Amino acid sequence: MRRFLPVYAKAIYAFLYLPLFTLSVFSFNNSKLALWSGFTTAWYGRLWSDRVLLEGTINSLVIAIVASSIATVAGTLAGYALWKRRSLWVTNALYLSLITPEIVTGVSLLALFQFLFHFLHWQLGLGSVILAHSGFCLAYAVIVVLARLRTLDPALEEAAADLGANDWEAFRYVTLPLLLPAVLAAGLLCFTVSFDDYVITSLVAGVDSETLPMVVYSMARKGVNPEVNAISVLITGGLGLLILLAGKLEGSSESSR
Amino acid sequence: MTTVRLPRLFLLPSQWLLGATVLAPLLVIAIYSLLTRGAYGGVTGPTTLGSYGRVFQPIYLYILWRSIWVAALSTVLCLILAFPLAFYIARAARNRTLLLNLVMLPFWTSFLVRTYAWMFLLRDTGLLNTTLQRLGLIHVPIPLLFNVGAVVLGLVYGYLPFMILPLYATLEKLDPSLLEAALDLGATPASAIWRVAVPLSRPGILAGCALVFIPCLGAYLTPDLMGGGKTVMIGNLVQNQFTNARDWPFGAALSLVFLGLSGLVAVGLQRRGDQLL
Repeated sequence: MRRFLPVYAKAIYAFLYLPLFTLSVFSFNNSKLALWSGFTTAWYGRLWSDRVLLEGTINSLVIAIVASSIATVAGTLAGYALWKRRSLWVTNALYLSLITPEIVTGVSLLALFQFLFHFLHWQLGLGSVILAHSGFCLAYAVIVVLARLRTLDPALEEAAADLGANDWEAFRYVTLPLLLPAVLAAGLLCFTVSFDDYVITSLVAGVDSETLPMVVYSMARKGVNPEVNAISVLITGGLGLLILLAGKLEGSSESSR
Repeated sequence: MTTVRLPRLFLLPSQWLLGATVLAPLLVIAIYSLLTRGAYGGVTGPTTLGSYGRVFQPIYLYILWRSIWVAALSTVLCLILAFPLAFYIARAARNRTLLLNLVMLPFWTSFLVRTYAWMFLLRDTGLLNTTLQRLGLIHVPIPLLFNVGAVVLGLVYGYLPFMILPLYATLEKLDPSLLEAALDLGATPASAIWRVAVPLSRPGILAGCALVFIPCLGAYLTPDLMGGGKTVMIGNLVQNQFTNARDWPFGAALSLVFLGLSGLVAVGLQRRGDQLL
């Protein structure tokens, strides 16, 4: 057992990382085929001249930044409110949003939007995608913020109140500063979740709002393409860095207790 | 007094957001599921329960059944693969956080990219088949992709971290002296783990199974890409009703049955563990 477990652990880590590692190696392959024939960075160079890819990336960035900001602000406020007093329906609605299969979230939002279009002069586009993303990111933001709040001492706010602070001042000057690393971590988490979403986005996006995952999806369907390998490496690297940063922020908020 | 007002005010944005993106869409779906399919797609009167009746036709029950067993098989495989690793991390002398973060890191990067990475390895013109052909070991590509096995592989790969995390959480709290006692009393290491550690980590096992089974049941991208559209699961069926088939009432009824199924599993498997919300 003592000998078996370390070997086994290495095998599982290999299973988790080898596919991504192989992909990154072959993003530098000097051939369109999946056969190594020399080193090149040409595929990365080509990405810059691919208009569809660039537009998709810009759309994804805009959507992820706006939606994660909305979700983080709303989620932080809601987390704080839920910490102060329970709200059964908000909690249950958040759980509902977590257990709803992505595809059901997508089609039901699509049905709602199509229904609203009968009355409003509006159509599927960046707006509908941002609304959808803000919605499914909200629960993640609340979870991260609430986890941090549960480690705080309620006596801190009581002390602030004793010293004459009103509710707003106690929140603004005592709790919020302590909460800030968790808020940033929540924001980064929401950003990555939003940036990567394909299923919901593909249903509620319009012609002007094709996102990066939608572009990658249609390329992936077509076959082996070193350009997709290259863009995959960039996405993985970028999101990986954000997550490490978020982890560091969460960690620092715990150690500063 | 302001004591009551501030939390109430703070909840408002989320209440609006949840109302607009969770409750209103489900309400619309619930209404659509009772209507009739329009001539050009869309919905029209009269109201009927017919769409719900169709969900239970043999062909759809077959897809539902396949979704359940594919998700169940993936969950069991995740459990078998994850338990020894979670045990190892929980017993590691140092670097536990690092080992755990290494498990979680790929999960937070792109799901789409990770699926594509497997497609790159497995497809007919992919790395494995090309290499084997070049080595002369095979002459025609082995069909590794676009079958149920590939879908299960994709799901296990995608959701393994969700199993490891709760298992680690319970195994870490497990008192090592219990295992020592079992060994002192003559148990082999394997049977000490099987008869002491496994039963005591039941809450973690249940939580992990819920966290893996629910997204696997709802999988859309994996069967679509790794199954090549041949291994239709319930998520793909729902999507198809809203796009190609344009049968919104049936798609709506299917969505609600699907949601109900996920909810039942969530409530059934989720023991009162760590509160998230």
